[in-house]
This record gives sequence, structure tokens and C-alpha cells, in this order.
Amino acid sequence: MLIFLFLMFMQFSLLAVGGANAIVPELHRVVVSELHWMSGQEFAALFALAQAAPGPNVLVVSLVGWKVAGVPGAIVSLIGICLPSSLLSFWVARWWQQARGSRLTTAINSGLAPLTVGLIGAGVAMMAASHPLSLTGGALLACCALLSWRTRLNPLWLLAAGAAAGLGGLV
Amino acid sequence: MDTLIIPDKKALFGGFFLIGLSGFGGVLPQAQHQLVQRRQWLSDAEFTELLALGQILPGPNIVNMAVAIGSRFHGARGALLAVAGLLLAPLALILLLATLYQHYQQAPWLQQLLAGLAPAGIGLLLGMVLKLAARLPRHWRPWALAGLTFAAVAVVQLPLWLVLLALAPLAVGLAWRFPQAGH
Repeated sequence: MLIFLFLMFMQFSLLAVGGANAIVPELHRVVVSELHWMSGQEFAALFALAQAAPGPNVLVVSLVGWKVAGVPGAIVSLIGICLPSSLLSFWVARWWQQARGSRLTTAINSGLAPLTVGLIGAGVAMMAASHPLSLTGGALLACCALLSWRTRLNPLWLLAAGAAAGLGGLV
Repeated sequence: MDTLIIPDKKALFGGFFLIGLSGFGGVLPQAQHQLVQRRQWLSDAEFTELLALGQILPGPNIVNMAVAIGSRFHGARGALLAVAGLLLAPLALILLLATLYQHYQQAPWLQQLLAGLAPAGIGLLLGMVLKLAARLPRHWRPWALAGLTFAAVAVVQLPLWLVLLALAPLAVGLAWRFPQAGH
């Protein structure tokens, strides 16, 4: 089982173009419909947990591994999904450092910047659409956005404010 | 631009440890705060550059960034340290949380807490997009590309690899053809 998890997530690693959240629909299909490891409801709960917990969103993968093979499953899954893409990044970053300032890297750099803005912006829109927001929730979102844009406040303070508002029943 | 700081190995591990531990609802806003504003390992422009690279390469973006940043300062060992720092604590925590969650998933306070964290987390990410967007050159071309990417992913909901396959070569090609437009 551990080897199976490892190999499966190694494949997912190179499919995750644009970030870990890109593989979630495909992961859902394989884990729920094909392998019947868990129900769709359970999958959604694990995903929400990975989103809410501290740390990168890729951790959802370790929860899938944990569900079927305990802690070793979690570790093996996480290594599986990180290894191939990390090796690739390592070599590309190395080349990038050497070629820095050339016309090609400058073009890649200034060309990709708008795509980054569009991609993360799209992520924001999709997350906002999947969380039905109350009026106060929307106001909280706008305040956090404005403060993190305009100030150098540590993001943790804003999250703490959000948590407090939630616990106070305001959202 | 201020002079940047080169972290030693311990600081590298520690910095990414903090980023991983404090990145609720995604790590990017915290990564930018720590790497650029607080620790000054990277300039704003370098952060955007590495972020773009991390996104275009397959795999989890922030792990790719950790590899790139770690290896820039301390080679393969730096990359390993940065990734380990980033993932260790959150992994332990999320397994703990998953166990707890199985017991308390119906508790109202947990639902309320999550309801408050979600909009704050989304707001932070939006704030980061605004910061990045403010750095784009005042020219119609990058803004059109950003809008097109946004529409393709969020509105039309095309698969990401398709969008990148179509738009990344176009964007890089345009920047190659018109290098002055970006500056």
C-alpha cells in the first residue's frame, strides 16, 4: 500500500501544474470514484481541514495517505508528491540563476508576471464562490485584503481577528 | 532597493518553518511577508519572479519556491532544509487536527471558527494579488494577459494545464518581442 501511494502521488506531482489545488478534482475522482477509499463527503471534509490548517494546501495529500495507511501513509504521500517536481525545480532554478539577466529570462520573467496575477486572482474568486459569504464575512474579507495590501502587518493578526469574529458569532 | 540579507542554513530552515506554521489557508501571503518585508532575503521583484517560476513548473508552488530559494543560498542541502522546514510542523499539526476533527466535527465553535478564518484567509490572498498587480507595468498588454488568465481559469473554468500551455508561450513571446513594454 505504501509503495502504491508513493507511486500514485509521484504521478500527481507532475500533473499539478499551477499548484496543489489543481490536482484536487482529479484526486477526488481517483480516490472517491475509482478506488472507493472514502466517500465524497469525507473527501470534502479532509480538503476543508487542509485549507483551514496552517501550512501549504498540498497537505491534503497527506490526509488521503493518512486515511488509508496511517502516519507512514501520510509521510510517503507527501514525499511522493513533492519529489519529482522538486527535482525539476532544483535544476530549473539552477539554470535560471546562471542565465539571469539574459534576454530570455527577462522575457520569461516579465511575461509570466501578469499570468501569476491572473492565476492567483482566479483562485481568490473561486474560493470566494465556494464559500457562501454573509455580509460581515464579505466585510471581513475586504478589510483583510485592504490591510494586507496597504500595511506591513503580519498576516497572522488578520487571521486571529477573523477567528475571533467567527467565535464571537459575527460571521 | 535595500541590500538583501543572505541567510545561513539555520535561518533558512527557521524562516521556512515559520512560514509553514503560520500560513493558514495557504502560505503565499505569509511567505511574502517573511521573505520580502521581514527578513529581506528577496526583493519584491525577485519574489514575483520566483513565484511565477514556481507556478509554471508542476508541483506545489510553495514547495517549488522553497527549493529554488533554498538552493540559491545553500545548494541542494539548502533546498532540502527549506522544504523540510516548510512541511514538517504543518504535517504533524494536520495529522493531529485530523484526529481531533473526527471527534469534534459537529461542535458549533469549530464551525464558527472555520467560518471566520475562511474570509480572512481569502482576503489575505486578495491583498497579495493587489500588491502583485500594482507592480505590473502601466501598459495594456500585461493587464490584458492578466485578465485573460483570470477569465480562462475563473469564468470559463478551463483546465489549468491548458490555460498555461496556451498563454505562457504567448506571454513570454510577447515579452521577448516587445522588451521595452515591460519597463
